[in-house]
Amino acid sequence: MNLLYDARIDGALTHVDQAEVLQRLRAAVPDLDLLHSLEDLRPYECDGLSAYRVVPLLVALPVRLDQVQALLRVCHALRVPVVARGAGTGLSGGALPLEQGVLLVMARFNRILEVNPAGRFARVQPGVRNLAISQAAAPHGLYYAPDPSSQIACSIGGNVAENAGGVHCLKYGLTVHNLLKVEVMTIEGDCMTLGSDALDAPGFDLLALFTGSEGLLGIVTEVTVKLLPLPQVARVLLASFGTVEQAGRAVADIISAGIIPAGLEMMDNLSIRAAEDFIHAGYPVEAAAILLCELDGVEADVHEDCQRVEAVLRAAGATQVRLARDAAERARFWAGRKNAFPAVGRLSPDYYCMDGTIPRRALPGVLDAIAALSREHGLRVANVFHAGDGNMHPLILFDANQPGELARAEALGSRILELCVAVGGSITGEHGVGREKINQMCVQFNGDELTLFHAVKQAFDAHGLLNPGKNVPTLHRCAEFGAMHVHHGQLPFPDLERF
Amino acid sequence: MSVDRDASAALRAQVEQALAEGTPLRIQGSGSKAMLGEAVSGQVLDTREHRGIVSYDPTELVLTARAGTPLAEVEAVLAAAGQRLSFEPPHLGEGATVGGMVAAGLSGPRRPWAGSVRDHVLGTRMISGHGTLLRFGGEVMKNVAGYDLSRLLTGSFGCLGVLTEVSLKVLPVPRACRSLRLPLGQAEALAQLTAWGQQPLPISAACHDGQALYLRLEGGEGSVASGADRLGGEPLEDGYWADLREQRLSFFASPAALWRLALPSGSGELDLPGQQLIDWGGGQRWLTSDAGAEDIRQAVTRLGGHATRYRQGPAGFHPLPEPLQRYHRSLKQQLDPQGIFNPGRLYAEW
Repeated sequence: MNLLYDARIDGALTHVDQAEVLQRLRAAVPDLDLLHSLEDLRPYECDGLSAYRVVPLLVALPVRLDQVQALLRVCHALRVPVVARGAGTGLSGGALPLEQGVLLVMARFNRILEVNPAGRFARVQPGVRNLAISQAAAPHGLYYAPDPSSQIACSIGGNVAENAGGVHCLKYGLTVHNLLKVEVMTIEGDCMTLGSDALDAPGFDLLALFTGSEGLLGIVTEVTVKLLPLPQVARVLLASFGTVEQAGRAVADIISAGIIPAGLEMMDNLSIRAAEDFIHAGYPVEAAAILLCELDGVEADVHEDCQRVEAVLRAAGATQVRLARDAAERARFWAGRKNAFPAVGRLSPDYYCMDGTIPRRALPGVLDAIAALSREHGLRVANVFHAGDGNMHPLILFDANQPGELARAEALGSRILELCVAVGGSITGEHGVGREKINQMCVQFNGDELTLFHAVKQAFDAHGLLNPGKNVPTLHRCAEFGAMHVHHGQLPFPDLERF
Repeated sequence: MSVDRDASAALRAQVEQALAEGTPLRIQGSGSKAMLGEAVSGQVLDTREHRGIVSYDPTELVLTARAGTPLAEVEAVLAAAGQRLSFEPPHLGEGATVGGMVAAGLSGPRRPWAGSVRDHVLGTRMISGHGTLLRFGGEVMKNVAGYDLSRLLTGSFGCLGVLTEVSLKVLPVPRACRSLRLPLGQAEALAQLTAWGQQPLPISAACHDGQALYLRLEGGEGSVASGADRLGGEPLEDGYWADLREQRLSFFASPAALWRLALPSGSGELDLPGQQLIDWGGGQRWLTSDAGAEDIRQAVTRLGGHATRYRQGPAGFHPLPEPLQRYHRSLKQQLDPQGIFNPGRLYAEW
């Protein structure tokens, strides 16, 4: 099933003429930067999910909020869809343009408006990069906790839209846990403050609702994030295991010992070897799996916890446990993990990154099932896993230049996501649904649940103009998807234990 | 005594009947938080028949319970496994239920450091305004598929649907805990809390009653011991925090109106007539006062906060500005088109 917008099943869009929209926007917002020629539009045809590309109708590059507001009002009046884009690093096609839609680029709103150490918050424009916030807070001994691996480039507005995660979520939460207040604009140009400078706000928790809504409910125009004191120390343990099951058990044992690591990552053998070839992190290339366990906090506690974790790892059957001796070794241990995607990318012309979550106890069964699917589809899969919070990133290796391989990779990816749902997990932990997983939403949610999602959308955007076709599929799409997806009257993966 | 009983079919039948007859429902558990918000007239939908812990695996850090499960039962089961609800929910009554805890969205003294109820809600099951039984979120820590209905329902006071089941993130009880009393004036205490907030100290509760600053430290043995040495003061019974959370301190016995004021952290002293008790390190202040509602709300709004009247009376919740109010109504209208769920509980007009 083609993933590009299909009016037949995704809903009809108003047919608009580029020249007319351009003329109306120029009249309403004379000083707004608008791109309209094919060569200027082309660079915006995709986000981080580059397999899907669509040239937008127009690209708008506002620098002031009144320009955004005027643009939204014009688009609302003309019934022209608006797709918001931040830095364009998203991995699920959430900022994939529409041929019939305006791409609203918020990247020029890149000022840090306030860093307030006494109140432990930073107020920033939506185009500010994630890492820039922590850099601005560092002189005060503070930082912004969520750290998606794209944090050098990704912008905070996009982080809010996607509810971005990172490697420290188990202890420090996702974006939604680290926000105080978000200013948004609706498609009608109404401005609203969600949340407050205090720890809560009256009324419904619209801050939580808008976080992760993928640009379907409103445009993020300002973000106030919480800042935390930088931990005094952080230490990293690297443990090798002869089997994935042992590594999985070690994760459960660490949690059972009452320890919540700042980060707890697992890599399988293919990922270990790829990372070692690329980064020379000192990883044990013979190991079936490694665990990286980071502990942070006050010196005395971290020292104690390191000893406890080491004992737990050894008891769980670790063949080797190494404590990073200094900051340089710690950085090297992490470098292997943080570069796992590009490292795996060196093994293959293309790779496709999945983002399912599962209950941790389902891990061994899920990895076995992925191995079987990998053989069935004739494509290799490397596994990188945020073991602490159950978020898997299987990387499917393929070559888009070989006829049929992309389609096979997509089919394998779909099966992996359905597997995650079957064991009680989710199709996406942090990358979002976007366009990429729109069909798998039909697996995770039934028609009644999707109907409620559409009702939420209706409350804020009655004409469905903000980012149509993303995040929530139409019932029509699910009906077609379901029709192609009959599993001989059986649940997918009948052998798996259900949780 | 733990009871395991799935009454979701009966709850759903009652919602279907209400939809068919167009009669409003007053959703309630034990009624322990009934003093919040407006009085609702309607047929009682009692969630307490639908109770029991559905699943709990300590190594997954997730507990799932039906809405009518007594909160005390959940806390006892967690304690037996060395875990807890780290947002320290107020019961405010003997029979407080899990559903009421989530619907009211109240968090206790640990909230500024550990997060709120909504921060720990991973998934919900609910009965919608169309009479359908739905599931959102799940039992995994990270889940960004679709809109976050579970967190939207948290603190919505039953105005968007009937919560029937909740999955919560739970956490281990830290190895060490010490409580301290420091003889500091209010202004000095607030200034100190602001300074300490920027340092990695294991503070997990901070309250000032006009006489002294009360602190709780939680973490590993080492950090708690060194924190306690550094902060000084005299030891305090740990039971103080439960008394604060449950409003059993003598402060709460005042016959004057009780207000909850939410303020930005780092706010200084607040000049209002009446008595104040500072909680959440300054972020939540209790006020007993006969001052006018308008005066109180204005004073708090100026500082970026909001005020809730805590004992039943008209207009308890802080009014919403436009266009926020309009979008609230629109959301209520979409999710509860017949207006049968707790009409007027949050705001009288809807």
